[in-house]
Order: sequence, then C-alpha cells, then structure tokens
Amino acid sequence: MNAGTDIALPKSLRDQFAVAGVGETAYVRGSGKTTRAMATTAIRNAIADAGLTPADVDGMLSYSQGDSTFSNIVAGDLGIRLNYYTDIFGGGSSVEALVGMATGVIAAGMCKTVVIFRSMNGYSQMRMGASGVMAAQPIAGDLLHSRPYGWLSAAQTFSFAFMRHMHEFGTRPEQVAAVKVAHSQHASNNPKAYYKQRVTVDDVLASRFVCKPLHLLDCCVETDNATAIVVTSAERARDCRHPRVLIRGVVGRCCKPRSDNYYQHGPITTVAGRYGREILWPNAGVSPEEVDVTGSYDAFTFTTLLQLEDYGFCKKGEGGHYVSDGTIRLGGRRPNNTSGGHLCEGYTHGISMVVENVRQLRHDADDSCPIGPDGRRQHTYDYREGGCRQVKNAQISANLGWATPGVGSAMVMRRD
Amino acid sequence: MPITGEYLGMRLEISDLDAENQAYFAHCAAHDFRLQACTACSLLRYPPTTACPWCANPGAQWTSVQGRGTVYSYGEVHQAIQPAFKTRLPYHVLLVELDTQKGKPSEHEALRVVGNLVEPDGTLASPERVRAVGIGTRVRMVFVDVAEGLALPQWTVDEEAEQPAKPWRYVQE
Repeated sequence: MNAGTDIALPKSLRDQFAVAGVGETAYVRGSGKTTRAMATTAIRNAIADAGLTPADVDGMLSYSQGDSTFSNIVAGDLGIRLNYYTDIFGGGSSVEALVGMATGVIAAGMCKTVVIFRSMNGYSQMRMGASGVMAAQPIAGDLLHSRPYGWLSAAQTFSFAFMRHMHEFGTRPEQVAAVKVAHSQHASNNPKAYYKQRVTVDDVLASRFVCKPLHLLDCCVETDNATAIVVTSAERARDCRHPRVLIRGVVGRCCKPRSDNYYQHGPITTVAGRYGREILWPNAGVSPEEVDVTGSYDAFTFTTLLQLEDYGFCKKGEGGHYVSDGTIRLGGRRPNNTSGGHLCEGYTHGISMVVENVRQLRHDADDSCPIGPDGRRQHTYDYREGGCRQVKNAQISANLGWATPGVGSAMVMRRD
Repeated sequence: MPITGEYLGMRLEISDLDAENQAYFAHCAAHDFRLQACTACSLLRYPPTTACPWCANPGAQWTSVQGRGTVYSYGEVHQAIQPAFKTRLPYHVLLVELDTQKGKPSEHEALRVVGNLVEPDGTLASPERVRAVGIGTRVRMVFVDVAEGLALPQWTVDEEAEQPAKPWRYVQE
C-alpha cells in the first residue's frame, strides 16, 4: 500500500468494515418466482457464506426501480428482527452507495451487520428498456422533453455521450467491441453466466443496431435474479468463514454538475467518475496503478470504457486503446468484470460485480477448477475456454458503478 | 386545467401544477421558442427548471431565443420502443447546440436542445435525410402542433445555412 497517497481526508473508516458474505440465485430468464422468494434465497446464501446466522443480521438495505420487494418483508421470511433498514430507488450505482450507508450506520451504532440486496425479474417482469408497463404511462413533467422524441431507454439517452466520444477521440467500434469480447471470454469460465459463449469483434459489429453507435452485442443481457452481500465491522468479520475482504473507500452517487440533464454540462464525454476519483483514491489510499481487478459497470460496452478513463486507469480519450490492448482480459494487467458482468453473466444493477470482486480477493472465484482435499479450489490460471477465471494473487479491486453519464459510484476493497 | 394531447400514439399531459412546462409549451404552441432567463444572472436554461442551475435564483423571465444551432451529437435509433416509431425507422434524436449562449458560462457549456430530425413540415425525416445528417449539420427549429397550448419543438436541416462539406457520421458505414 502506498502510504504517500494518504492525505488529510475523512478516511477514519478505512479498513474498518468488511464484506463478509456474498450470495445469489441463478441468473435466468423466467425465474418462476417472486422477487420476495428470490431475495430470501440470495440473502440466506449470503449469510451462510459469511458463516453467520440470520440472528446475527440486524440491518438491511435494498434498491429497486419500484419492481421489487422490501427489506421489512424479506426480514420476516428469514427470522430477522431489524434494528435498521432502508429501501432506496435506483439501479446502477446503488450498491456502492449502500455499502457507504451500511458502514455509516454501523459506525453510528445503529446496527451491527447489514445485508444489502437487489432482487429483480428484469426479464420476465419489469424490463429496463422503458418498454412494456413503463411505455404505457402518459408522458408528463420532465419526461415531456425526452419521451415524445422516442428518446427514453438507457441505450437511447446515453448514445449522445457515446457518439460524441467517437467524434472527439476517434474511438473505433472494434475497440469498443473488445469489451464484450473480453467479458464473453470471462463468462465462458463462469458456470453461472447466462451467456457463456465466446464472441469475436466481428460478431459484435455484425449484430444489428439498437441505437447507433450501439449494436445488440454492445448492450447487456436482461435476466431474473437476486443478489446479496453482508457488510459488517472488520472486527466481527474476523470470526467469519472467509479471508477478510476490507472496504478501503467508497464513493456514493457522485454527480456531475447538472445531474438532472447530463448533456447540459461540460464535455458530455466526461462522466461522473471525473469527480468520483477525487474522493475514491485519496480515501482508499491507493492509486489506479495498484488495482489488480476492476468491476467497471457494463450496461453497455461504452460505460465500461468511459468510467475506466475518468477514474484514471488511462488518459482521457485513450479508453478505446485501454479496453482493446489486452489489459482488461483475464491474463492481462488488470482484468475487468471477470464474471462476464452484465454483458454476459446476468443483470443485477451492479451488485453482482461486487460479489465477483469479493470472490476474487478471497482467491475463490467459482470457476470450473478442481476442488482440492482441503476443500479449496485449485486454480490453474489457465484462462482458456471452460477453465480458470481467478486473477493471480489479486489484492486490490475497484468497482465502478454507473447510473447515467452524470451519476456514478465506486468502491475499493482489498484482501486482508 | 391540465393540458393533454396525443402525439404519435403517445398521450402527453401537462399538469396544472406544472407552471414551468405549461408556459414552455404554450410558447411553443405560439411557435415562439422561449427559455427562462434568470433574473439575477441573466443566463438562459433548458429544459425548464424551477430555479437557476448556476445561481439558484428562482426568478426567471421567459425570453425568445432563436431556434438555430449545430448538431452536437446524435443517436440513430434502429430499434423503436413506442409503437408509432416502429414504422419510421431509423429515426434521429439530435442534441443541438444553440448559437445563443454557446460556450457560456464556461467553455464546454451550451444550451443543448433535444429533438428529432424532421422534414420541414414536422413529420419524422426520411431515411435518406437521416443518412445525410451528423455532427456539425446546421439545423433550424420547427414546431409540431399537438393540442391547444402544446406544440413540440423539432429540428430540420437549415436550408439557408452554410453546411459542412461532410457532417461527422458514425464510422462503421
């Protein structure tokens, strides 16, 4: 750890909290279950993974888009009596923001151990493309300036930033497609992934356009699933089941100016990470160079690229090169979304990318490598199809969550 | 009274509580593009808000603004969501920088106004015209009447303006 990065900022909570447990349901289309039933399963798995019991949990946080169950309901199904809970509205960027809240309420003595969950039938109930139920509503208020123009889905509303990036920096479609290629290779080594098939740059470029510059394969998958993590004090995490994964620093829903309309301010190719990085790295006490594995949100290939640039993993405008030169692949200097992310594994609004990085830092990625006599996976570091997806000796991870070009969150974790 | 109207199969509603949008769209219905100018710092803003994004002053004067500008970015939609757009593919959503207040209050700021590329009569542009428009194209505003007190501002190619030799278009074509 580079002590020189340490500056006078509110960092007293650094390394004081840990992600002690992770859990999920299968990533599927057609869960055949309610969001309540799925949440219960994911949370039970996360608590068991931590080596805790429901009686050890007294805090709960969740996020949804009005498409899910609530903490106080799920707690009833798990025999948990809550001392604290909050359910917030939101999609991408919520999980890191909620980790920050969890550490704060534990530090304030309001509760001791917090479960954070996201449960969604993102394919079989409410799809995020602003279609179905959402499209049938009358258009009113702020939306009068977007929806009447056929400008409503994430692909449509973010396209201005993506297109402008190509115009300003000469970013090429085949560079952007390399994000999907890398994540598909990672997913091919993830038995849980919804799309396990490896794709090529040509496959991405040959897929039909959804909204230029986005091809179908530049867009993430929609799935049904619930995902949960357990946040507790570093001290309490000592007694948990796995090597400790400590929280170094969190940025929660950091915004560009004019977060109401991102396209009104500054170069629209600049995203919230430009501001988030000024909190993240000093608070975490590390620099981008020290990070071994990233989880840059991949609702689209472009969102991964734009955030890696603005958090400082490469120079502004050089994201196309960074994502296509091998750096972000398993075996590269700093792999991104080793689970396959939202482009391939499944869609969770970001929390599954935290789950993956926790497993990476435990050196326990759930790939197809054999399990040894000690019960631990014997990683081969052979990243060919169907093989290993553990990053060798991963010590520090960075999650970069995305809501819109104007709103983002981030978190740095490290192996104890 | 709330204002309601139907446009391309979509129901639009402006609540009578929504004073800012009532005023904005009423001016559009008179084919007069007006934006709020802050009574403290004089800056114009888009879309309507309840106070100034720069100085937070709630006072504003609706001020006529010339509907001319340059395409700053665009999305070319090939998969429509609303049913009426499905027969009009591909269509352009343009982000247009107005000539007015460009580069203010800071270098990379401007009044950037969203709209479709349309024919001069306000119908969505033909595929041929979509293919000819990109970043740098000069456009002018036209209004599409929806209901009494409600018209939508849209963009059409400015035939009188000097156009770039070749506007910047997405590279894979």
